[in-house]
Amino acid sequence: MERENKLKTEFAVIGGGPAGLCAAIEAAKYGVEVTIIDENLKPGGQLFKQIHRFFGSEEHLAGVRGFEIGNILISDAQKYGVKVLLNNIAWGLFEDNNIGLCDTNKVSILSCKKVLVATGAIENSIAFPGWTLPNIMGAGAAQTMINVNRVLPGRKVVTVGSGNVGLIVSYQLMQAGAQVECIIEGLPEIGGYQVHASKITRMGVPILTRHTIIKAEGEKFVQKVIISQVDDNWKIIAGTEREINCDLVCIAVGLKPLIELCRMAGMKFEYLAELGGFIPVHNENMQTTIDGAYIAGDITGVEEASTAMEEGKIAGLAVAMELGKIDEKKGESELASAKNRLRALRMGPYGEFRHQAKQNLINSYYKYKNQMGA
Amino acid sequence: MRIKNHPILGERQEAKEIEIIFDGKKVKAFEGEMIASALVAAGVKTFRYTTRNNEPRGIFCAIGRCTDCVMEVDGVPNVRTCVTPVKSGMVINTQKGIGQWKGKTS
Amino acid sequence: MTKNDLKENKMAKGFISIEDLKKVPSYPSEERFKRGPVAVIECLEEIPCNPCETACSRNAIKVGYPITNRPVLVDEAACNGCGNCIIKCPGLAIFVVNKAYSEEKATIVMPYELLPLPEKGSNVVCLDRKGNAICEGIILKVLSGKALNKTNLITVLIPKEYADVVRFFKIKDNV
Repeated sequence: MERENKLKTEFAVIGGGPAGLCAAIEAAKYGVEVTIIDENLKPGGQLFKQIHRFFGSEEHLAGVRGFEIGNILISDAQKYGVKVLLNNIAWGLFEDNNIGLCDTNKVSILSCKKVLVATGAIENSIAFPGWTLPNIMGAGAAQTMINVNRVLPGRKVVTVGSGNVGLIVSYQLMQAGAQVECIIEGLPEIGGYQVHASKITRMGVPILTRHTIIKAEGEKFVQKVIISQVDDNWKIIAGTEREINCDLVCIAVGLKPLIELCRMAGMKFEYLAELGGFIPVHNENMQTTIDGAYIAGDITGVEEASTAMEEGKIAGLAVAMELGKIDEKKGESELASAKNRLRALRMGPYGEFRHQAKQNLINSYYKYKNQMGA
Repeated sequence: MRIKNHPILGERQEAKEIEIIFDGKKVKAFEGEMIASALVAAGVKTFRYTTRNNEPRGIFCAIGRCTDCVMEVDGVPNVRTCVTPVKSGMVINTQKGIGQWKGKTS
Repeated sequence: MTKNDLKENKMAKGFISIEDLKKVPSYPSEERFKRGPVAVIECLEEIPCNPCETACSRNAIKVGYPITNRPVLVDEAACNGCGNCIIKCPGLAIFVVNKAYSEEKATIVMPYELLPLPEKGSNVVCLDRKGNAICEGIILKVLSGKALNKTNLITVLIPKEYADVVRFFKIKDNV
């Protein structure tokens, strides 16, 4: 393996998903030299497994399918001359925002003026006897297998978790030819949108609230699960145990941000369960407590691709302004538009608590900054 | 099982068929697809066995973050099969524990 | 209607009741139903979403601002049941119901994103919102093509008494 290979760019974007792509495009529009780093063979993050139409309004690309948005963003990135380093893992974020990279052949150090960490999130799991059996996987994992790889890991599915991910992936498994036996949910309420729930119940898939999974059984892979009802204290109600034969269990119990690089860089954090766990604090322009380092997308709190895109645009604009590439008035105006679009996505009973959590993050940023004597 | 015609994604696009070797058996794969994809298409669910208790493991996250799906690939253990593409003639083995390093570099 | 209002059926089970549906501002009047096909938007929550408003070329649907407002059928007469809104709805929550098809029969136009597509003229088993088989139906029309971007529009002929109930179907071989 070759020793250090020194690279330079103006704006390094770690993670080529919706947040990273939007930040890169926005900054590049104003003449910033941008390099996206992505460990995969193709950018797009989780966009390409999203075969459903997105919500929001026209300016959010509502009605457009996730993978179509992925294609639009990649095309825009090419159009604006964004450089993309694929197959490169960012393994370190150091002082002065130097980034350690490596691919299969060499190690590189990428220096930059500004960096955006947009590394997304990873699915959670829940532990129950048999939880490690093959074919018990994240709902997002099943979604990747069917929509990106076009392979079906199982034909009889039990989904655990009724948030939007559990509901949408269950529907997409039916589209792929599997039969979802049921969706189980520990809370008394379904977590996701009524419209997502309705379109799966009318296909004959029951959503069982106040249910939990007791165990999974199988010799070399899952062959059945045992579920039961739980009471208001989450205690199993004796006598309600039921066996369900299945060959695939999808766990849809939320995600947590992938914050390793942020920890390394010494960013300040807050713990916000409603956003997925430990979140690096940031201000209204996505700037973190480390000079020159920004964050956007699921790493700043698990939401959705639409919010990731707007946060990316805000970060990209902020970087372009910091680098003096955009007239201040124009920059402020564009930022205000992006923030309005973002606010619109965090309204209503499903959004307000996220907006509040984000406000807490921003307040924490200023609290830390004051402490740090900035 | 492969999804031939998908209601949203349509028909599978043309891709070159190649052969890989899994636990000594020939398995068909498409050039450019991930190892895990080819194995799932062939009905494989168990990818490795854990070190201490010899428990079977398979895919968990499918995006290269959790390492549940690692296998021995061309003599190199702990290869994340969900993010590693197949190559013609690639030799993939069910991994036992931390695997055996056969002294090859990638 | 807030999350708490819907607790009974939707939040606990996922499907809505006809009582809940009739309370939303997008539910057409009985007079309007008697005049022919009209959009029934089964979207009961405040979520940030308005492609139905944008899709309607006749300005019959309004969401306005904030975009979490539930859709309102502001101009029942303007709606001609064209189905553009069905195609664009990310929640697959819109149906065009024609209670004036004939004395005994009604039609429902539904979004359908599965394969195989049903055959025109074939018999299908019609399902209610819980996925229970309710009655038989006949496929009158299957609309697919590039403009629909995989959200196919299927028109099913059913007995009129089930017009408020039937919201899905199963092709007979697969039952």
